[in-house]
Amino acid sequence: MFAFCQWLASTPWSIALHESIWVYPIIESVHVLTLCLFLGLVVIMDLRLLGVNMLQTRASEVVGRLEPWTLAGFIVMVISGSLLFYAIPVKAYLNIFFRIKLLFLVLAGLNTLVFHLTIFRQMSAWDLDHRPPWRARLTGALSLLLWAGIVVAGRMIAYNWFDKQS
Amino acid sequence: MSVLSFFTACENNFLGEAIRGSTWLFPAIESVHLLGLGVIGGAVLVVNLRLIGLGIARQPTPQLWRDTRPWLLGSLAVMLVSGALLFTSEAVKLYYHEAFWVKMTSLLLSIVFTFTVVRKVALAGPDRVRPVWRWVVALVSVLLWSGVGVGGRWIGFS
Repeated sequence: MFAFCQWLASTPWSIALHESIWVYPIIESVHVLTLCLFLGLVVIMDLRLLGVNMLQTRASEVVGRLEPWTLAGFIVMVISGSLLFYAIPVKAYLNIFFRIKLLFLVLAGLNTLVFHLTIFRQMSAWDLDHRPPWRARLTGALSLLLWAGIVVAGRMIAYNWFDKQS
Repeated sequence: MSVLSFFTACENNFLGEAIRGSTWLFPAIESVHLLGLGVIGGAVLVVNLRLIGLGIARQPTPQLWRDTRPWLLGSLAVMLVSGALLFTSEAVKLYYHEAFWVKMTSLLLSIVFTFTVVRKVALAGPDRVRPVWRWVVALVSVLLWSGVGVGGRWIGFS
């Protein structure tokens, strides 16, 4: 894996991206500002699943109407994030916060997957309950915690306090 | 007292010195600032998407405005407090950074526009505002808030 990252870092596009004056900051800005679209609407959905907000609106409506937007935001996040990684593969690989971020991303993905395979399918049964079922609330709470962790870990990638020495 | 000497005073106090002297305090406050960005973005987008008939479009606009208002105000408060702390750590540098002034101008305009025009249009009945004006309001609102975000990101490039 480390060898792969080293090879990736040696490719001309990676070097060009890393050394670019404008392109790297622009991709970084896109990555950060898409937080509003992605994280912002995920938070609104999670708060609905927790039963703390928008209780007059059906939970299925909040999730159904906002999820396509979060998906669009997520695609932008993944593309811009991959490019940022591609610019600094070795540094990212050695960075503990990058690893934490990836781990949390996998967990957040599993959380969403479990939600869709289970409680999401029975949403019409509890759509307007003021206290959604515990599994819906758990999904919302886990999602909020994991995404907050992902944002914080992502920010901390810029610091190499705990880097392994290569 | 000139603006610059005010900024200097903001920087030279125990808060600014503590944040400058710490390795992790600045990134920690910045993380809070980023989390606030997400929430504020969500609250702003739900209302502005609704104004142009997207997102949670079957619910009345006044209801969505009232539902998101606590989160908008809450995240705005988090942003202002965390932003002020970041400011104290490097106020003089910011004084000379054009992005800071772009950000503060956009912020002021965004807040005023949101709590006057957007509020009024969102709370008006469905037939009171013509669709074209809803589009204009939503567009101006999103552009103004984007200016705050872009300005903020740009401060980091110096």
